[in-house]
Amino acid sequence: MKFITSNFVRCAVKSCDGTEGSFPLNFQDCKLQLEEQEFNEEFIISMLERLDWSALVKVASQLGNNAIPPQKPSLDDINEVLLKDLHSLLLETQIIEGKMICDNCQHVYYIKDGIASFLLPPHLAK
Amino acid sequence: MSGSVQPTIEEIQQETEKFHSRGNSKIKESEFVHDVYNEIAQHFSQTRYKPWPIVKEFLETREDKSIGVDVGCGNGKYISINPKLFIIGSDYSTGLIDQAKSLHKGEKCNDIIVADGLNLPHNNDKFEFAISIAVIHHFADENRRIDAIKEILRVLKKGGQALIYCWALEQEKSRRGYKEGMEQDILVPWVLAQKGKKKKDIKEEEEKEVDNVEKPPVKMRFYHLYKNGELIDNCIKAGGKVVKDGYERDNWWVIVEKE
Ligand SMILES: C[S@@+](CC[C@H](N)C(=O)[O-])C[C@H]1O[C@@H](n2cnc3c(N)ncnc32)[C@H](O)[C@@H]1O
Ligand SMILES: [Zn+2]
Repeated sequence: MKFITSNFVRCAVKSCDGTEGSFPLNFQDCKLQLEEQEFNEEFIISMLERLDWSALVKVASQLGNNAIPPQKPSLDDINEVLLKDLHSLLLETQIIEGKMICDNCQHVYYIKDGIASFLLPPHLAK
Repeated sequence: MSGSVQPTIEEIQQETEKFHSRGNSKIKESEFVHDVYNEIAQHFSQTRYKPWPIVKEFLETREDKSIGVDVGCGNGKYISINPKLFIIGSDYSTGLIDQAKSLHKGEKCNDIIVADGLNLPHNNDKFEFAISIAVIHHFADENRRIDAIKEILRVLKKGGQALIYCWALEQEKSRRGYKEGMEQDILVPWVLAQKGKKKKDIKEEEEKEVDNVEKPPVKMRFYHLYKNGELIDNCIKAGGKVVKDGYERDNWWVIVEKE
């Protein structure tokens, strides 16, 4: 799973809808791998407005990256170094193994061989 | 598909009885959809590479850098058609997601996860577009089919559009010959190719009446064949606004918008 996807996934359990603990998920025991990708400045800039910045900072720090500015950078403070860092974090960082925990219901979702699974056991699924 | 390896009418009847004896839709789908896709994943994936024209056009006409979901993406045949988008493809079948992963390694315009279309792991009002191609006909009752459309609409932003395809009951021109008036809830056989054997060889061996030739395994998938107008009706019941609809290659399709 690419890091960027952590910004677009939450707990799949219906009763967690809208609860604070269900997004972002709490990433634990993760193994990362860097997979090189072509740098596209425009893509990163356009992603900026779509990203939930505080979720991004939180998950980055769970994965050991504390270098992300706490506030979303405005278009004026953006420079190439920052964009390249974001590119490397969002698109090149793959989570290969790990757990994602919902802090609301404590359900644990697993990432194995780079693939995250959000399937629920029958009693939790609709 | 060679005729001689198809299941007999008795075999289909037996499987159909088994299907109806299952307690609820969840169990039916687990046995007659999810288990089957996992078993046929590799073979199935080899047959999925040609994009359907209207799906391609829909993806090519999304605004650059939009983000979307492909619900029931299978081997991911649509997730890199337009590299200017970012698509999260999800599917219930781990087997098919494994295929997707290896086919789309190194691409930056998408990501792939295992998820259930009825329980998507996404926030509300997040995505600019969605596609769900040949998936919703696999839910075993109407409420679940409508709920699946609701779930797609839930994750779309206001004004976001979803392109949905379902298999049609009216497909008289196809070799399967389903048509108006027939049963809509059916089981469709998938004949697995045997390892190292081409279907042609199997047929020849059968014709020579060689006794010890094993029949290739047949897996039955559940489909609800959609009648003319039914998909539109389901979308309206799900709370969406149908902005376009049509028929392509034995399927009904709609573009449904979140209001
Ligand atoms: C006919 S295939 C279509 C795959 C792909 N959309 C394509 O056009 O090639 C149907 C797909 O729906 C998936 N599917 C069935 N039920 C599902 C569910 N509840 N949630 C997600 N995917 C599901 C199957 O695993 C399978 O990949
Ligand atoms: Zn939860």
